[in-house]
Amino acid sequence: MQDEPTPTELIKAVADFLRNEIAPEIKGHNAFKLRVGINALDLVTRQLALEQGSDAAELARLKRLLGLDGSLIELNRALCEKIASGEVDLNTPGLAEHLWQTTMDKLAVDQPNYASYKRELGKLLDG
Amino acid sequence: MIEDQLGRCVASWYPGATGVTGAAKLSGGASQETWTFDIVHPDGNVGAILRRAPPGYGASPGRAAGLDAEAILMQLAHDAGLPSPRVMHVLTPEDELGRGFIMQRIEGETIARKILRDEQFAKARPILARQLGRVIAGIHGLPKAKLPKMREMSATKEIADLEREYRSFNWPRPVFELALRWLRERDPGPSKEVTLVHGDFRHGNLIIGPDGVRAVLDWELAHFGDPMEDLGWICVNSWRFGEIDKPVGGFGTREELFAGYEETGRKVDPARVMFWEVMGTLRWGIMCCGMMQRFRQGPDHSMERAMIGRRSSETEIDLLRLLAPRGG
Repeated sequence: MQDEPTPTELIKAVADFLRNEIAPEIKGHNAFKLRVGINALDLVTRQLALEQGSDAAELARLKRLLGLDGSLIELNRALCEKIASGEVDLNTPGLAEHLWQTTMDKLAVDQPNYASYKRELGKLLDG
Repeated sequence: MIEDQLGRCVASWYPGATGVTGAAKLSGGASQETWTFDIVHPDGNVGAILRRAPPGYGASPGRAAGLDAEAILMQLAHDAGLPSPRVMHVLTPEDELGRGFIMQRIEGETIARKILRDEQFAKARPILARQLGRVIAGIHGLPKAKLPKMREMSATKEIADLEREYRSFNWPRPVFELALRWLRERDPGPSKEVTLVHGDFRHGNLIIGPDGVRAVLDWELAHFGDPMEDLGWICVNSWRFGEIDKPVGGFGTREELFAGYEETGRKVDPARVMFWEVMGTLRWGIMCCGMMQRFRQGPDHSMERAMIGRRSSETEIDLLRLLAPRGG
């Protein structure tokens, strides 16, 4: 068992230091690059927090949808083949819901400020 | 020093020029660079831009039209009265600057967030979509006989190219599969009319002033094809920068864009434009994945490329919004 602090706590501490202490001191193109770097660290902390739960739910949906067992990547490849061949399409019960949920879970990690994501999240909360 | 080379070059074709000053690289990969500089002249300095492949970089990669073609297209657009910089000089071997051209520098803004938010563009925003419709119609109407040799594309070829590239990543993306299937099923076939297509008509390649559009830049992806492609590409959500209810670049409506386009006597096919918007959304998503590939394999091991790879999911949600919209 590894000791504390956790990876999330370490990355957060570094990101906060860069954001609060270093970013105000940096100008020009390096300021832009620093912002990209801080965004990357923030993305990693979101992934560490969310990935386990969303991967498990995605795997369960894929097993149901395909009636197959396998790893997440194997079942995603199988789904891709079925969509490409036309065997599965938007009329297939559960496909649209699965793609929406999987995509929302990706955006929650990659880009939670993306306007399309915020709009769709609002629909879920209102609905 | 590039200023010495540019000074000698400019003196050979610009009467009275005594040299250049303030040369600075604006952007550049390994094969293509853009420089800004001022031509020093007794009547006052003149702003100029150098676009070149440095010596040793001959051929242009893959889809690129090539710098010689770019120069011809910009000059043709300028001569037709479209917002385009005047090409001042096409580089010759004697210039020892590589291949490329020097053009007039046009002042203005290309950064979308500023164009969409800054007060100085408040009067431009409501007129831009219509203006750009007229401009893109002008580009599509440029005299065919004078156009340089370029690749010819069709929807069928574009789908095949995108599919080949996506498969080369060997990473399953069910939403991209759905989009490819959707596009194949709705492929409208060869366009009745084949025209010059700019190929990258969007924020970043348009110089905007408080008065509206001042220049169309970056003809690197120009080709012959379906004119509706350009109208679809500028509506892709990735170029709305958060203003998702204004489909044209985050500042205007499709109706305004189409009205401007049709003022010139050309016709819009809205269904075809929508088809190209889906294609464009997928295309940008696959380009993001390509950035990730180059980050992993190539010499450019930069955070920026890596993080652009994580933006392909943005196009997945936009594809779902187009192909499987939810209520609410």
